[in-house]
Amino acid sequence: MHDMTAHAAAHHAPPQGFIRKYVFSVDHKVIGIQYTTLGLVSAFIGMALSWAMRIHLAWPTASIPLLGLLSPNGAPGGVPTPEYYLSLMTMHGTIMAFFLLTAAPMAGFGNFMLPIHAGAADMAFPRLNMASFWVTFVGFVLACATFFIPDGPPLSGWTAYAPLSAVGSVAGPGQGWGQNLWGLSIALFCVASLLGALNFIVTTIDLRTKGMTLSRLPLATWAWFINAWVSLLAFAVLLPTCLLLVLDRLGGTSFFIPGGLVVNDKVLPHSGGSPLLFQHLFWFFGHPEVYIIILPAFGIVAHVMPTFTRKPLVGGWKVITYAMAAIGGLSFVVWGHHMFVSGMSPYMAMVFSVPTLIITIPSVIAVLVFAFSLYGANIRFTTPMLFCLGFISLFISGGIGGFFLAQPAVDSYLHATSFVVGHFHFTMGLSAVFAAFAGFYYWFPKMWGRMMNETLGKVHFWLSFVLVYCVFMTLHLMGLTGSVRRYSEFVADFMVPLMPTNRFITVAALLLGATQFIFFYNLLWSRFKGPKAPDNPWQATTLEWDTTSPPPFDNFGGRQMTVYHGPMEYDGDAFVMQTSTEKSIAGT
Amino acid sequence: MSQSELTMSTGHEVVMEASPYHMEKKKLGMWIFIVSDACTFATFLFGYGYMRVGSLNWGTPFEFSSILNGIFMTFILLSSSLTMLAAVRATQTGQKASANKWLGFTMLLGTVFAILHLREWFKMFGEGWGLFSNPTGGAVQFGACFFSVTGLHLTHVVSGVIALAVIMRGYNQGRYDTSHVETAGLYWHFVDLVWMFVFPLTYLMNAAR
Repeated sequence: MHDMTAHAAAHHAPPQGFIRKYVFSVDHKVIGIQYTTLGLVSAFIGMALSWAMRIHLAWPTASIPLLGLLSPNGAPGGVPTPEYYLSLMTMHGTIMAFFLLTAAPMAGFGNFMLPIHAGAADMAFPRLNMASFWVTFVGFVLACATFFIPDGPPLSGWTAYAPLSAVGSVAGPGQGWGQNLWGLSIALFCVASLLGALNFIVTTIDLRTKGMTLSRLPLATWAWFINAWVSLLAFAVLLPTCLLLVLDRLGGTSFFIPGGLVVNDKVLPHSGGSPLLFQHLFWFFGHPEVYIIILPAFGIVAHVMPTFTRKPLVGGWKVITYAMAAIGGLSFVVWGHHMFVSGMSPYMAMVFSVPTLIITIPSVIAVLVFAFSLYGANIRFTTPMLFCLGFISLFISGGIGGFFLAQPAVDSYLHATSFVVGHFHFTMGLSAVFAAFAGFYYWFPKMWGRMMNETLGKVHFWLSFVLVYCVFMTLHLMGLTGSVRRYSEFVADFMVPLMPTNRFITVAALLLGATQFIFFYNLLWSRFKGPKAPDNPWQATTLEWDTTSPPPFDNFGGRQMTVYHGPMEYDGDAFVMQTSTEKSIAGT
Repeated sequence: MSQSELTMSTGHEVVMEASPYHMEKKKLGMWIFIVSDACTFATFLFGYGYMRVGSLNWGTPFEFSSILNGIFMTFILLSSSLTMLAAVRATQTGQKASANKWLGFTMLLGTVFAILHLREWFKMFGEGWGLFSNPTGGAVQFGACFFSVTGLHLTHVVSGVIALAVIMRGYNQGRYDTSHVETAGLYWHFVDLVWMFVFPLTYLMNAAR
């Protein structure tokens, strides 16, 4: 037995003054709220960009409000050029994938909740934590700045495929300083994510309160912990990839640019590089990245659902946790399935197809755990619970498309179509967003000390749920007919008859966007006018509900938190808090 | 039950679970950083391997004098790991003068390594090597790979020397203790270990034959 008395962690005192308290704060709760707010701002910008794209696709000659003002060259008279359409697409993907989906469910909720779940007073390295938010923020500002430079935003997609991204301004508008800023922005995002992941891992391992063994950790914290490992390894690969890309662009090397390349009638002076190398490096990060986005979603749903089904998840903490760990591990060996049609050897395609089909096993186990946990439950249909159900539905619907795309032969037909757009929006986009909404409605009382309006929440859920299916299921169907993605206008003969369907999607997408204003209104109204939240409004068991709403600076007011139970001690209306000395009622 | 006690801001004693690795957070954080940094180096080395395998005229330009210089650099860097070890030992037994001496040696060896490396670089620049030029007429990727891989390593060595200087100052002022020196040592040994991959892959495999 090891008995260690350490007085090393002399924690920081509560800060005084506005700047130290709310701006450059080292408090994990403030940083969590900062990340969440950044996520909301990113969501709004990304959504607005998607409206511009959808309007242009459905009405190619329509003038889009404000777009002409934003970029007189890219959208003369408000009608985007094909290049500017690609810029909109690139920035929609970049802002949504990095600054919303990667940042909000992990760094937003995770920063706020993980130390509290573990029973710690703060993250292991509070100043590093502050640094990671502000580095992310600078990255975000740089990404947005591309809209306002003469060059415009880059047009090589959020994947920045070389050689388009590597050859410089000769490749078109946005490929000069737009792409440089993009590279810098993402490199900064990598650094911030690495610091964040390091902090999450060390906090979970070293800062658990007495009795908080790994088997008693709340499942959201398990997901953030596993996810931090995936981030740590994946972003450590994207960072040097960005550096090599910058070397190609500014240093004159040719890692990613093949010899004899002619772009816009100019022969480039490079030789011997490989665009496939870029795709291998990018997707070695990029595939774990989609799991970096979805694992926190799994965790949030696993954390929120038992509160409202009032019983433990099927299989206890083990099945879902092992499934998440298996997904995290396998996510590193499937990247090639993004490259079936990129010119990679067909034998390699088979090599990547098999693990891709294998990774569906833990994914299916995780989702079935959620679905089977509903059986026999006396469900409380609150807004967070509805969003959890929405998550299950969307993830299954999107996941089924994955079986098609995992096979090289089928993927060859579908890869460049909107089937893929529908697929990844369901699985990593909207699933993660629905889980984030579940987390938001669930934790809002703890984060801001007020309750959100349930009626508005339910209206928000049902409208979003139906409209999401209208948009993205229809995109699946359009893809099956061969409707090509990344095109700014539907000019080919076989695509013209799809125009009415296309307009249906656009109308649904605009309505879906409008629906989100119900959420924004609810958020702002509840933040200032909502009824005061009690400490434990959902009758939940974990440590965040064992302190005031919002929690004091050191989270528990100096109380000794001692944990005796797992996080899922529910039996109908009865429940046992993790810190309670009562007997277990659910045997977890 | 194994526990550790932490003093919270409020002054209350709070009992925590002990670290499963019996390791305080700074040191654990450094291990996690090393895992991540290893991936970054692996990416550069993978890119180098991909370029090398994919080119028809790679060439092996390093004459015996360069290899000898590389072996000498390897010797210097490995010795610095030994002096770092002595520095950590000295702080553990509280011998301040000895710790200063060994930390000083470590920084000196690190600096000598960097100087030797830069001398090699400038010699190559003089011969016409660059990020995008190969005076022997072989693959231009050689310079790109060589300078980026060794450049990343050199950056780590130089940052390490600076970090050691900061740690040494803090240690002498009493702000830092053994654990800080030990954590810096972890980083230093990692940088040495990486060189044991970089040296064979960039020098020995490119020796003229």
